[in-house]
Amino acid sequence: MKRVLMLSAAVATLLAGLSFAQQKATISGVPEIPFTTVPNFLKPPPGEILGESVAVATNSKGHIFVFHRSANTRLFEFDQTGNFVREIGSGYYGFEFSHSVRVDKDDNIWTVDEGANMITKFGPDGRVLMVLGTKPPAVLGAVAYPVGPNPPAQKYVLCRPTDVGWDPQGDIFVSDGYCNNRVVKYDRNGRFIAQAGSEKAGSGPGEFNLPHALQVDGNGHVWVADRSNNRYQELDNDLKPLRQIKNLGTGWTDCISSGPHQYIFFSNSNPNGNMPGTWDNTGEIYKAELDGTVIGKFGRPGKVAPGFQVVHMMDCRNPNEIIVGEIESWRVQKLLLKPVAASGGSKAQ
Amino acid sequence: MRSIRVKHKSYPMRATFTVLIAVSAAVAQSDAPEIRFDSVPNPLKLPANIYLGEVGGVATNSRGDVFVYTRTGHPTITIGTSRPFAHGGSRLFEFDRTGRFVREIGKDSYGFMDASQVRVDPADNIWAVDEMTNMIMKFDPQGQRILMLLGRKAENVNVPAGGRGGAGRGGRGGNPGAGQPTDLFDRPSDVAWDAAGNIFVADGMGSNARVAKFDKQGKFVKSWGSKGTGNGEFASVHGIAVDLQGNVYVADAGNKRIQIFDNEGNFRKSLTNVGSPQAVCMTKGANAVLYVSNSNPVDDIDRDGQIYKMHLDGTVVGQFGRAGKQPKEFGTVNAIDCRDENTLYVGEIGNLRVQKIVLH
Repeated sequence: MKRVLMLSAAVATLLAGLSFAQQKATISGVPEIPFTTVPNFLKPPPGEILGESVAVATNSKGHIFVFHRSANTRLFEFDQTGNFVREIGSGYYGFEFSHSVRVDKDDNIWTVDEGANMITKFGPDGRVLMVLGTKPPAVLGAVAYPVGPNPPAQKYVLCRPTDVGWDPQGDIFVSDGYCNNRVVKYDRNGRFIAQAGSEKAGSGPGEFNLPHALQVDGNGHVWVADRSNNRYQELDNDLKPLRQIKNLGTGWTDCISSGPHQYIFFSNSNPNGNMPGTWDNTGEIYKAELDGTVIGKFGRPGKVAPGFQVVHMMDCRNPNEIIVGEIESWRVQKLLLKPVAASGGSKAQ
Repeated sequence: MRSIRVKHKSYPMRATFTVLIAVSAAVAQSDAPEIRFDSVPNPLKLPANIYLGEVGGVATNSRGDVFVYTRTGHPTITIGTSRPFAHGGSRLFEFDRTGRFVREIGKDSYGFMDASQVRVDPADNIWAVDEMTNMIMKFDPQGQRILMLLGRKAENVNVPAGGRGGAGRGGRGGNPGAGQPTDLFDRPSDVAWDAAGNIFVADGMGSNARVAKFDKQGKFVKSWGSKGTGNGEFASVHGIAVDLQGNVYVADAGNKRIQIFDNEGNFRKSLTNVGSPQAVCMTKGANAVLYVSNSNPVDDIDRDGQIYKMHLDGTVVGQFGRAGKQPKEFGTVNAIDCRDENTLYVGEIGNLRVQKIVLH
C-alpha cells in the first residue's frame, strides 16, 4: 500500500512538472532577431562525442568550456575556432553530474555539479583553487531520496546546486537548487554571508521554486531563473527581492553580457520530452536591457540546428555571438545575431 | 529524462556529528598561545591529469618522500551474476621531497575505495588504511609489492548500502563495538606501531569502537574498547599513535578526548582539552610532542579547525590555524605528518588538498 501511495505521488509530481513546464510567454510585440548558426562548431577529439551539453562558457580569450554529461561528467576546453584544446578534471572528485560552468573575470573556471553537490573553482591552468559544498564519503553508501520535506538548508552543504556567479567585489552567489530552494551569498573566500529562500519552495518575492540559474550584473544585482515559478527574479546585492519578470515564459536560464553596456538574455526553453504542442509556444530566447526593455527574440525548438533542443545554458560574453548548450541534442551551437534596430516597445515584467 | 535518483544517506550522521562538535567547542583549550606559521604554496606538483579528492592520509618516509592517499571519487558498482561488486574510488600517490610527482602506487587496487589514512613505518613501508574495504595494506618501501594485509573486503556491496555494513559490527555476544577477536574491521581509521613492531589499528568509525593489536607478523593479539563514554570506551576511534614506551594514544573524537593506554590496553588517562581530535601525529625521539587536530565538521567552516601542539603529559604548547578554505586555513583535517617537528603535512577532507605547514 505504501508503495502504491509513493507511486501515485511520483506520478502526480511528474504530471505537475509537465503542466508547469509548458509556459507560453505572454509578452507581445517583440521583434525577431535574425541569426545564423555555425555548422559543426565544436570539434571534440577523434572518436569522442559530447554528452548532454548542459553547460557552456567562454573565457576572455574566447576559449569555450563545455561541462557535459558523457558516461562520466567531463569538462572540455576548445579554442575560439572550436578546436579541442584539453580536458580538465579527468576523474576529479567533484565531477558526478554536470549542471553549469561559468568563467569569472580572472578566467577562473567554476563548475557546478548537482551530483556531487560541489562547486569547484579551477584556476586558468586547470588546478583546483577552492571548493564549495561537500559530498559524504562513499562508505556512507547511497539510498533513494527520502520521501517528505527537505531537511533544513545548511550554510556549507548544497543540495543539487544549479549555478554560480560573482559580483564586482568577487562575492560568490549560488543558486541551490533542485532540493534546496535558495540563493546563497558567500564572500570571496567561501564564507557564508546570507541566503534568500530556504529548503522550502515558495512563490513570494525572494522565494524560489527550483532556482535553476543565476547571473550577476555590473551593479551587483542577482538575476535568478526561478524555473518552476515560471519567472525570473532580480535581487539586490544583499539578496533583497527587487523585481519579478513573469511574461517571458519559464525561467530556464539567463546570461548577462560583458562590457559597460550589459544586455541580459532569457531562455524560455522548450521543456524536456517534446510533448505535443510545446514546439509551438516555447523555445525562444529574449534579449533585453537591464531595465527590462526587451529588444528582440530568436530561436525555436527543433531537433536539427538551428533549432533548439532544451537550451540549458547560454554564453553571451559577446552579445552578438551567443553560444548555447542544449540537453536533448548533445550539442553546442554558436549563434551569430544580426543587428536590429532598437524597438523599445515591450517590457519584461 | 527520469532517472533513478540516489542520494547519500548523510543527514542523520551529519547531525549527530555536528551536535558532538558543538559540545566540543567548550572543551577545547581556546586560550592556548598562537604558534606563528606559514603554508608553503603549491607543495605538491600534480600532473595535469591527476586531481586530489578528499585527502584521507598524508605521510612522509625517511627520505622525505610524500605519500597521499586520497578519495578520488566514483567508486563504481557493477552488476555481476546476482551480486553487485564495488570497485575504485581512491588512489595512492607518491611525491618526492620537493613535491615532484613520482608515481601512483597500487593503481586500481582491489583494496582502494575510501581512503582513510596512510602511514609510513620506521622501515619505510607504506601502510594504507581504507574505511570502505575495511583493509589495511602494507606496501614495501617502493610501493611495488604487498607485504601484509589485515582485513578483507566484502565480496559484494549492497545498494543502498546505508553506512551500517561492514564485517565487524557489534561483536558476537560481546559489548557493542567490541568487535571480534580478529581482523574484521568496520571503517578503520588509522594504524601505528610500537618499538617491537606490534601493530595497533584504530577501528573505527563504524560499528566497531575498539583498538586492535596484532604482532609484527599480523597475528591477532587482543583488542580493547567498546561503544561508550567511560574510560576505555569509545564513541569513535579516529586516530592512533604509540610512544617510545609503547603507550597507545587514541583519538576518541566522538567523546572529545584522547585516551592513553599502556601497551596491553590498560587505561592510563584521558586528555580532554583539545576538542574533538580527528587527526593525531606524534613526533619521533625522546622529547616527542603530539599534534592534534580539532577538525571542523565538513559542513561548517565557522568553528573549530585549529591544530594543537602538546606534550605527551597533555600540556598544550600552542595552537595554530582555523577552519576555512584559504591557505593557512583548514577544511576538516584528517591527517597530519610530523616527521619534522616544524614542517608538517596536513591532509584535508573539505578542501581536497595537502598543505605543507612551516611552524615558526
